[in-house]
Amino acid sequence: MNDELKQKIEKLITDNKVFLFMKGDPDMPQCGFSSQVVFVLNQLGADIKHFNILLDDEMRQGIKDFSNWPTLPQLFINGKFVGGCDITLQMHESGELKKLLEE
Amino acid sequence: MLTLNQIKQQIESKLSNSTVEILDPRKDGVHLKAVVTCKDFEGKGLVEQHQMVYATVKDLINSGELHALGIETKTK
Repeated sequence: MNDELKQKIEKLITDNKVFLFMKGDPDMPQCGFSSQVVFVLNQLGADIKHFNILLDDEMRQGIKDFSNWPTLPQLFINGKFVGGCDITLQMHESGELKKLLEE
Repeated sequence: MLTLNQIKQQIESKLSNSTVEILDPRKDGVHLKAVVTCKDFEGKGLVEQHQMVYATVKDLINSGELHALGIETKTK
């Protein structure tokens, strides 16, 4: 993965508290897992900034290398990788997600 | 087509001290779920635990044979 893409990703996740690499857009998710993450974030009133990886194949592979995570969606909060759909839902149930958003 | 047992075997063979159960909640053979119990998860965060499981099936995901794998991890 080239440095330019790496810097672009780093900028996106540090400039925005909640950043979601997803398929589609928050108001039009194109995948069940992406929409579940959006739903949970909306429930917690998070201001979701996102990147629709369906529009950019280079980013689609680059983000998987960046976070060493093979699937999408990928959620970042406070510049840190939180997880995919499973972990986000698990953390929502345990209340950890809300705490993370309040940090 | 990939059988649930093949995935179970692959994860267990590549992740030491693990026992794996593969579920097909939507009954579609595509959106599968792996419940992985492994002693080595202890002391590790959720992301790291899941990365350990994904590492064992990376080839299947990259080839597209395995579209989606939900993961639930347990230490015992």
